[in-house]
Amino acid sequence: MPLSEGRSAPGAADALALEGVSFSYGRHAVLEDVSLRVGRGEFVALAGPNGSGKSTLVRVALGLTPASSGQVRLLGQAPNRLKQRWRVGYVPQRGGAVDQLPATVEEVVASGCVARRGWARRPRHDEHERTGRALDVVALADRRRVPITELSGGQQQRVFIARALVSEPELLVLDEPVAGVDAESQARFRDAIVTRCRHDGVAVLLVSHELGAVAEDLDRVLVLRGGRVAFDGPPAALRAEGVSLGVHRTDLPVWLEGLA
Amino acid sequence: MTLPLPWPFDREYMQLALASGVAVGACAPLIGTFLVQKRLSLMGDGVGHMAFAGVAAGLLAGVSPLWTALAVAVAGAATVEWLRLRRRASGDLALAVFFYTGIAGAVVLTGLAGSLNAGVLTYLFGSVLTVSPADARGICLLAAAILAVIAVSWRALFAVALDEEAARVAGLPVDALSMGLAALTAVTVVAAMRVVGVLLVAALMVLPVGAAQRLARSFGATLRWAVAVGVGSVVVGLAVARAGGLAPGGTIVLVASGAFALTAVFDIGRRRARASA
Repeated sequence: MPLSEGRSAPGAADALALEGVSFSYGRHAVLEDVSLRVGRGEFVALAGPNGSGKSTLVRVALGLTPASSGQVRLLGQAPNRLKQRWRVGYVPQRGGAVDQLPATVEEVVASGCVARRGWARRPRHDEHERTGRALDVVALADRRRVPITELSGGQQQRVFIARALVSEPELLVLDEPVAGVDAESQARFRDAIVTRCRHDGVAVLLVSHELGAVAEDLDRVLVLRGGRVAFDGPPAALRAEGVSLGVHRTDLPVWLEGLA
Repeated sequence: MTLPLPWPFDREYMQLALASGVAVGACAPLIGTFLVQKRLSLMGDGVGHMAFAGVAAGLLAGVSPLWTALAVAVAGAATVEWLRLRRRASGDLALAVFFYTGIAGAVVLTGLAGSLNAGVLTYLFGSVLTVSPADARGICLLAAAILAVIAVSWRALFAVALDEEAARVAGLPVDALSMGLAALTAVTVVAAMRVVGVLLVAALMVLPVGAAQRLARSFGATLRWAVAVGVGSVVVGLAVARAGGLAPGGTIVLVASGAFALTAVFDIGRRRARASA
C-alpha cells in the first residue's frame, strides 16, 4: 500500500489529496493539519463522530469552502483551477429537499449531464442512453418516468447517485448516502458503488456512519476525530483494534461515539 | 389596426390588452416555476415593490418610469441574489429588506412629487386597457427575449434549482445563472406592471405554478401547464372583466386563484382515489 508515498507527494496520481489542511470558523478550528489521499480507483470511507469535521472536510475537498491553510488537489488540480468539474461526482446529504419537486427520475438524472456538455447546449443524442445506464447501475431503470416524489427515501438517494454517475466521473464523493435507508436500497447502493469502483476505476470517498453494507469492499478507512485524522488504514487494521465493520454490528458507531 | 376577432376581443384596446396580457401570462409563470422551486416565491413581490420605487423616481425626475423601474428592479433583484448566494442573509430576509425599502422609497418619492398622482396608481394596479400599441410591442419584445433565454437555459436553471451545491460541484456557473434568473425576474415584473400592476405581478409568477405542480408529473410538463394556466387566466380574466365591467388586473389574478383552487380539489380527489384503490 503506497500510503506514505501518497502523503509525501500529493498530486496528479491521486483523485483527491489534502496536505496539511486546516480550516476554522473564526477562532474555532474545525480541521487541523489534515492530510489524506484517495488514489485513483480506490474505495475509501471517511468516518467520525458527529461534529468531527466530516462535512467541512468534504466541502473543503470539493472547493465549496476554501481551506484556511494547506493544499487541496482535486484530480491533480487546485479545486478552483479544475476546469472539467464534471469529472467529480457529488452526492450531497439529503434532507427531504424533493418533497415538492415536480420532476421525473429521468429528469433529475439527466440534469447531471448539463455541466459536462455546457449549460447552454442542447442535450446530446447519447445522453438518453447514458441516463438509462446510470439508472441501470442503481437498479431503478423501471422507475424512469415516475415522479421522484413517489419514491422512497432510499430510492431517491439512488436517483441522486445516478445523477452523479451520469457524467461518468473519475471521483465520486458521497455524504452520508445510506443514513436511514432501507436494507434493500443499502444492498443496491453497495452494488452500484462497487461496480463503478472495481470495473470502471472510479475513486470513491464515502462519508458515513454506517459502513456495514460496504465493509468487505473498502480499501481504506479514514477516521476523523476533533478535526484530525485519528486513523488511516485498511479495514483489517481497524478490526485488529477490535472494531468491526460487519453488516449487523453496531461496533463502529459505538466506537466512534467513544472517540468524541 | 383592429383584427377581426370575436367578442370580447373585437376592439383595438382589448386586442392590445390581449397581446400584452398573453405575453406576460406566458413569461411570468415560466420564470416563477424556477423561483418557486428555489423557495423564492415572493421574489416577484419584492422586486415589484422595488420597481415601484423606480416608477416613482422616474415620475419625479420626469423620465420614462419604465426605464427607471427596470434599472431599480434589476439592481435590487441582483442584490437579493448576491446576499443569498454569499450567505450574508437568508433569501426571505434579504427579500423582506428590499421589499420594505422599495415601498418606503416609493412613498417618500411620490410624496416629494406631490400627491399620489394617477400616474403612480396606473403602475400599482395595472392599466392593461390603456396599453398603447408601442407599449404592447415593447412588452411582446421583452417577453420574446425572456422566452428565448429560458429556451436556452432551462435545463441548467433546473439543475441549479434542484440542487445548488451539486450544480456548483459539477462546475455549472451557479452564481451567473442565479443572477441571470434574478435579472429575468426583474424584466418580467417591469413588463407585467402595466398588465396586472405592481401589487399583483407576483401572483402571475406563483399561482399558475402552484396549479401546474398539482397537474404535472414532470418538470417539463410543469413548465407547459404553468404557461397554459397563465395564458388561460389572462384570456378568461380579460373576458370576464369586460363582461362585468371589473378591474382587469385583479380579475386576471382571481381567475388564476380559481385555477389553483380547482387543481387543489382535483389533487385531493386523485389522492383519495389512489388511497382507496
